[in-house]
Formats: sequence, structure tokens, C-alpha cells
Amino acid sequence: MNLSVTDLACARGPAQILSGVTFSVAAGRALILRGPNGAGKTTLLRTLAGLTPPLAGRIEAEPESIAYAAHADGLKAALTVEENLAFWASVFGTRDPAPAIEAFHLAPLLQRRAGEMSAGQKRRLSLARLLVTGRPVWCLDEPTVSLDTENVARFAAAVKAHLARGGSAVIATHIDLGLPEAETLDITPFVAKRIAASDPFGDSFAEGAA
Amino acid sequence: MIGLLKRDLTLAIRAGGGFGLSLAFFLIFTTLVPFGVGPQTQILAEIAPGILWLGALLACLLSLDRIFQLDWEDGTLDLVATSPVPLEGLAAMKALAHWITTGLPLVAAAPVLGLLLNLPGAAYPWLVASLALGTPALSAIGTFGAALTVGIKRGGLLLSLLVLPLYMPTLIFGALCVSRATEGQDAATPLVLVAGITAGSLALLPFAAAAALRVNLR
Amino acid sequence: MSSLWEYANPRKFMATSAFLLPWTAGIAALCLVTGLVWGFFFTPDDFRQGSTVKIIYVHVPAAIMAVNAWFMMLVTSIIWVIRRHHVSVLAAKAAAPVGVVFTVIALATGALWGQPMWGTWWEWDPRLTSFLILFLFYLGYMALWEAIENPDSAADLTSVLCLVGSVFAVISRYALLFWNQGLHQGATLSLDAEQNISNVYWYPLVITLAGFGFLFIALVLYRTRTEIRARRLKALIAQERMA
Repeated sequence: MNLSVTDLACARGPAQILSGVTFSVAAGRALILRGPNGAGKTTLLRTLAGLTPPLAGRIEAEPESIAYAAHADGLKAALTVEENLAFWASVFGTRDPAPAIEAFHLAPLLQRRAGEMSAGQKRRLSLARLLVTGRPVWCLDEPTVSLDTENVARFAAAVKAHLARGGSAVIATHIDLGLPEAETLDITPFVAKRIAASDPFGDSFAEGAA
Repeated sequence: MIGLLKRDLTLAIRAGGGFGLSLAFFLIFTTLVPFGVGPQTQILAEIAPGILWLGALLACLLSLDRIFQLDWEDGTLDLVATSPVPLEGLAAMKALAHWITTGLPLVAAAPVLGLLLNLPGAAYPWLVASLALGTPALSAIGTFGAALTVGIKRGGLLLSLLVLPLYMPTLIFGALCVSRATEGQDAATPLVLVAGITAGSLALLPFAAAAALRVNLR
Repeated sequence: MSSLWEYANPRKFMATSAFLLPWTAGIAALCLVTGLVWGFFFTPDDFRQGSTVKIIYVHVPAAIMAVNAWFMMLVTSIIWVIRRHHVSVLAAKAAAPVGVVFTVIALATGALWGQPMWGTWWEWDPRLTSFLILFLFYLGYMALWEAIENPDSAADLTSVLCLVGSVFAVISRYALLFWNQGLHQGATLSLDAEQNISNVYWYPLVITLAGFGFLFIALVLYRTRTEIRARRLKALIAQERMA
């Protein structure tokens, strides 16, 4: 499973945020995205996930191979942990949620409603969803927000297991995840904040006498 | 996709407000009408078809902004958009869930409210039939409107402004079907036309709604 | 090779519209003054309707342009959806307020005309009602533009609304005919009908029609130029902020 990005330009609204982003992630490898707040990590991940169309460049990945996890947990407060996972399992074509429950230690919480859980517990549930999707390329946006040290370790173990199965991951994060073998990509050199070249209004135009 | 429907129905039952609210609104609206126009049964019987259809339409409108808003706010919509479920399918399922939680109870309650308004007996089957065939169109059109306005904070009022003109043909044919039935005229033609609008809306609007969702998710 | 699509470039459009604007505005003024003065002061009173018939010189052109403005918005929206030319969708945005004003003029003059003729300001006649519905469609379209921050998203969403709205507007038109037969007189301007209005009224009407048409073009050109400048300004401010 390979994700390969060539000369990608990403936009948020009318503004171009990044340009010339080039990297590739082979099967069994992880890539850590770094960059200051507002550099465009989220924009890049949304583009990889296919939510935002790229301005230019190519994203090569097998169709339906990318699992995206955003800042927001995407959980329903009124549903239990089990129901939340079962929902995502049905959306992604029924898969056994047992490994996901195991990996993030959710068994004691199964019957709790998501609305009654702490922020960290919700995050675990939302990360467990990744395993349920069964997709090989994980694109994760700040996955460790609200997690304690123990659960950061659990998450790192889950990522390692995923890589060992031949998956790959692109992770935007500010903390050390304990993945020594992961490559790191600083996106600062790609930051190119300007009006997108495709926007005809970014280009100056002479108006004539009127 | 059935998973989406099941989840929406579970949420509607658990979170409350799904099944009950529109129904209660329909009841209150119908109850208020005689206070506005007077208690004369003759007048009430005459305006009952229009009032019942209008009440059902407004009750449908009430819950439209929740169709996508909650999923949008908690990030579920982003995640569904990256899943194997096509957004067209999502829109269709959302419309179906809205109909089951809103339209269907209205259809069931309408005959009882017809009694309150002294609706002539011959019109009851037509009332139920026209609402059963027409409310799915209201849900489909409403889902389209909700998809257009999902990115807008407090878009509820705008949603009504966009959706109400689109509701007009359904309302015209639906109410006409019932009022013709009360007068013993041909009610089948408007009923067929209501069904036609519903069929067209169900076939095409999920695509328009998905296009709007895609733009809003960018 | 010059093609129509060149005008989709804002720069080209600004240059061309700067040239066209005074001409269209001039022709509009000339036609309107000629047509309205001729129509109001140099045509006989109608044997049935008296001098009230002269409101036709405002009512009919406004009504025709109200519908055509929506049609133009539909076409330019489709061009945006297919070819993504920004000027096209900005022209649609620019045409909406002009269309809404024509709709209001048609409704208001209709009411003024209806009062002495039918004895009522308003009648739920299919034609009158369709214009009221058209008015609501315009309002929704404009409100959607106003509500969305990102101009490209707004362009996409309003275009989808315009497409869907057009389909429903046509259905509404037939629904209204089914609903009420109405008292509005039939079309008096169709070229094939036996009973058209007589030539005395016809010539000035054609001139005012042309006048309203050119007025519409001039206003849309003017407003599109304003929209383009507004977009340019937005781009400059954004650029400034990002630098």
C-alpha cells in the first residue's frame, strides 16, 4: 500500500496554502507531518482524504484506501461505544470491531454512551474507528489530543501494529509519538500563502478609462 | 447505507424531538386554526384540506435544519464523505430517515386532526393517500435545502426561505386532491401529480443535495 | 483564435464592458424615452380600458425582462457549473437584483392596472401568482449568495439552487394553471395569435421592450463590473493579510 504525492498544491477557500508538496509513504511506513500552527497540516490532510480538491499536482493511492481522522471525533453522544463502532463498521462494510475494542482498551466502556465519556475516552473511541474502517492508509490530524501518556502509548502500539500489517500512516502531530522508525516531513518549506493562481481575480487587471 | 438509516432512527428515538416534536406542532397548529377563523363547522370543513396540508408542510419544515447540521458539527459528515458510502446515498437515506420520523407520523395523525376540523367523510382516504404520497417529496426537497445551507451558522431561516417556494407545487396538488374529494370531484388527477412530483424529487434531488454537500465539505 | 470564452477573463470583460456600457445605456435611454413618450402621449385611449391601458408600456416589458433575467441567470449558472468561468456566475449574481426589481415593477403595475379593470388590487390568478413565486425564488437566490462567505462555494451553491429552482419554477407554473384558471388576459404579444393588440399600441411597445432589454443589459454589465471589482478587492485584502 503506497501513498505517493507529487507537486501537490492545496487550497483552503480562495487561498492557496501549500505548493510543491512531494512525498511518498511506502507500505509499512509512517510519515510524521510537522509545522507550526496554521501552516496547513489540516488542509493537506483534508486534500489527501479527498474532501478538498487539490489545486495542482497528483495524489496516487489506491481508490478507497485512505482512512481520515479529523480534529472532531465524529461521535454521536446518544449512542453507546458499541453502537458508534457498529455504525462505522456498517458504513465501511461490516468488519469485526473486536480488534479495535482491544487496541484502545474500550471493553469496559462498551455500554457507555459517548456523551457521558471524557474527552480522552472519546478520542480513543474515535481512533478505534480507524481499525474498523479496514483501510490501509491512515491520515490522522492531531490524533493524540486529550490522550494521557498511557493512551498515547496505546495509540503508538496500534500504529505500529497497523504498519506491521503492511499499512501506512500520515500523522500530523506536535508530540513525540514514540515511533522512532517514522520519517518526519516539515511542511514549512511548502507553505505558499497567496491567492491561488487559478483565481482570475488574484491577477491584476488594467481597467481602461471607465 | 442501511446502517446510516438505522443510526438516524436510533438517534431520533433517543435524543427526543425527532418523532414527537413535529407531530406536536401539527396538533397545535391545527388546534389554533379555529381560534383564528371561528368555530363554524361549515367554514372549518371547507378550509380543512388546505389547513391540514399546510400544517403538515410546516411541521416538516420545522425539523429540516437538523438533517445535516448535527453531523456537520460533530465531524461525522467529513468522515462519511471519506467512506465508501456515496453522498448521494447519504442524502437519500437522510431524506428517508426524515420522512420516517416526520412525514409518516403526520400521515398517521392527519385523519384525527381531520375530525377536529370537521373534514367531510369522503375525503379521509384521499387525505391519507395524498399525504403519504406527498410528504416524501417534502422530505427530499427539504434534504436538498438542508444540504445547501449546512455550512451556514443559524441557517434555519434561510433554509425556510429557500425551501418554501420549492414546496409550492406539492402543496397545490396535495391540498387540491383533498379539497376536490370533499366536493365529490375528481381527486385522482392531483393525486397522480403529487406522486409524480415525489417520484421526480426522489430520483433527482439526492444528486443535487450531494453536489451541495460536496461544495460545503471542501 | 478569438472565442466567446475570452470574455470570461475578468480583464477582457472589464475592457469590453467599459466600451459596451455607455452604448447600451445610451440605447436604453433613447428607446425608453421614445417608447414611453410615444406610448403615453401619442396613442389613443382603448375603447374598453381607457387610458389605463397605457400602463402596458411599463408592465409588459418589466414582466418579460423579469422572466428573462432568471433565464439568463440559469444559463450563466450552467456555464459556471460546466466551464467554471468566474465572470459568468458573477453576471448571474449581478442579474438577480435587477430581475427582482423588474418583478416588483411588474407586480406593482399589475396591481395598479388590475384595480380599475378587475376591481381588485390582487387576484390569485396563475400569472400574478407565478410572478409572486418568481419574486420568492429571486429572494432565496440572493439570500444564499449573501449567507456564504467563500465566494466559490457561494457560486456553486447558488448555481445548484438556480438549476433546481428553475425546474420547480416550471412545475409551479403548470401547478398554478391547474389550480386556478384565472382572469389575466391571454398573451397579447405572441406572433402567431389571431387576436393581437393593434399596431397603434404595438410599435411603441416594441420600442419600450427594446429599451427594457438594453436597460437590463446595461445594468447587468454595470453590476458585474462592480462584482468583479469587489472580488478583486477581496483578493487584494486576502493577499495583504497572508503576506
